[in-house]
Amino acid sequence: MKTSNAVEVRNLTKTFNNNIVVNNVSFDVKKGEVFGLLGPNGAGKTTTLRMMTTLLKADSGSVKIFGHDTRKEGRLSRSMFGLTGQYASVDEDISSRENLMIFSRLNGLSRTDSKKRTVELLEEFSLVDSADKALKNFSGGMRRRLDLAVSLITRPKLIFLDEPTTGLDPRTRSQMWETVRNLVANGSTVVLTTQYLDEADQLADRVAVIDHGKLVKIGTPSELKEQVGGTNLNFTVNKLDQVNTAVKLAKEQTGTLVNLTNQQINVKLAKIDQLTPLLVDLKKSKISISNLTVQEPSLDDVFMKLTVGKN
Amino acid sequence: MDVQTHRGNLIMNTATMAYRNLLKTIHNPDRFMDVIIQPVMFMLMFGYLFGGAVAGNVKNYLPTIVPGILIQTMLSAASGSGSQIREDLDSGVFDRFKSLPMAHIAPLAGQLFADILRLVIAAITSLTTGYLMGWRPIAGFGWVVVSGLLAIFSGWALSWVFALVGLLAKNATTVESLSLVTMLVLSFLSNAFIPIKTLSKTMQVIAYMNPITYVITAIRQILATGSLTHEALLVLVFGIGIVVVFAPLTVWAYDRNN
Repeated sequence: MKTSNAVEVRNLTKTFNNNIVVNNVSFDVKKGEVFGLLGPNGAGKTTTLRMMTTLLKADSGSVKIFGHDTRKEGRLSRSMFGLTGQYASVDEDISSRENLMIFSRLNGLSRTDSKKRTVELLEEFSLVDSADKALKNFSGGMRRRLDLAVSLITRPKLIFLDEPTTGLDPRTRSQMWETVRNLVANGSTVVLTTQYLDEADQLADRVAVIDHGKLVKIGTPSELKEQVGGTNLNFTVNKLDQVNTAVKLAKEQTGTLVNLTNQQINVKLAKIDQLTPLLVDLKKSKISISNLTVQEPSLDDVFMKLTVGKN
Repeated sequence: MDVQTHRGNLIMNTATMAYRNLLKTIHNPDRFMDVIIQPVMFMLMFGYLFGGAVAGNVKNYLPTIVPGILIQTMLSAASGSGSQIREDLDSGVFDRFKSLPMAHIAPLAGQLFADILRLVIAAITSLTTGYLMGWRPIAGFGWVVVSGLLAIFSGWALSWVFALVGLLAKNATTVESLSLVTMLVLSFLSNAFIPIKTLSKTMQVIAYMNPITYVITAIRQILATGSLTHEALLVLVFGIGIVVVFAPLTVWAYDRNN
């Protein structure tokens, strides 16, 4: 069965104690992309992910992994993806080598292949030096690395990551991003949940914003940003008597509202092309400006606009 | 390299899971402390406290109390499996087991097979303590081993019941207190420490309803007669029955445990 989608989610719904946690959510994840599920805490991201990975039964709706229905072909679909949960799902009491060995064997690798794969992954995730130490003494970053390594034992074409960088320091975080990019470069599809907007922005090809169990918006990060619209231009007029002229020029050039606070001017540009003519006009009128900043809308703006504050 | 995977089979998965649990125990040898300290303590306290009152002297009391404490220790070792499973389930590592293409009974069976080591250590400790206190069963060493094996098997069968409790309970603390109560009630309301005929009529009825009574009787008979008696075979069949009924139940509980 050929399909260009790695995952197809249709009308997924889950209720806990009369609380609709996931409400009729549908989307597709294309092969080879990084798909981000973005939403505030408690929005239903993890519940959605748990249903996609067969850990949780949906009340209604369906999930197909590479065309296979997870309910009808559970075992087959489970063999086609790797999962890294929100909480490190590795054994605390045993070493990383033992963890990798055991999970290799459970994934059906022979003893020889398991040993080989274990060594490969220990090297790939720079865990060789601590391979035989008990995990209790591991840092959060090492634990996550091992966790991810375990999910990659079978080189799955599809990888689910539930909040992969929550609680990590900036360095480990960018290491994790690098790893995810490498996975995709090698042809894997990645589905991740995150509450960090910069993470979605950095990694995801497409983002689904979830709020209160509903899918609010889906698209590329730039599409979502266009929704909020406009680039923010800020500058300060150095001389007080030139402020009014500057405001007039800005209004003429952009045709939009111009905000003025003291000597600082804020203009919302519909297009970035409007910037140069405005600067030329200011120069012609000999208005000197400083502190010029141009700000693209961030996913933060998208997030604030799309999600309702409650969480 | 392309990784060759095949559908792991049930026996291999269970063996791997048992290996995992063994590793966990070996890395934490203090997990054996309860099954070592408890039988030694009970054997010494009960032997020297009640030996005179129940049987005239300590030596005469030993044939009664050694099988009794052996089975009591099996009960408490078996109940440990329940809280261990609960702890594991809460740790997040079971999410991964569930997402793997393997049989759902493997993680549970693996735990229970690995726990046989605990049962073996518990049995050896109980019997050795008895020996050191002067216990010399007439049937001889061979039959002591047989009775030990029957005790271990009974304990293992019961560990499936405790596994189910572990899966259904809310947290490990609940399982532990529940197990302690069960262990105390079952071992004291039986013939573990006293001859049943010394009990009142009502208490005798209760003691005869307690399955533990039959296991202890079977073991005493093996040690006294040096043969596999009718009772011993009954215990064996009943134990197999428990596993056959409870193994599917634990898988059902495991699957609904979301």
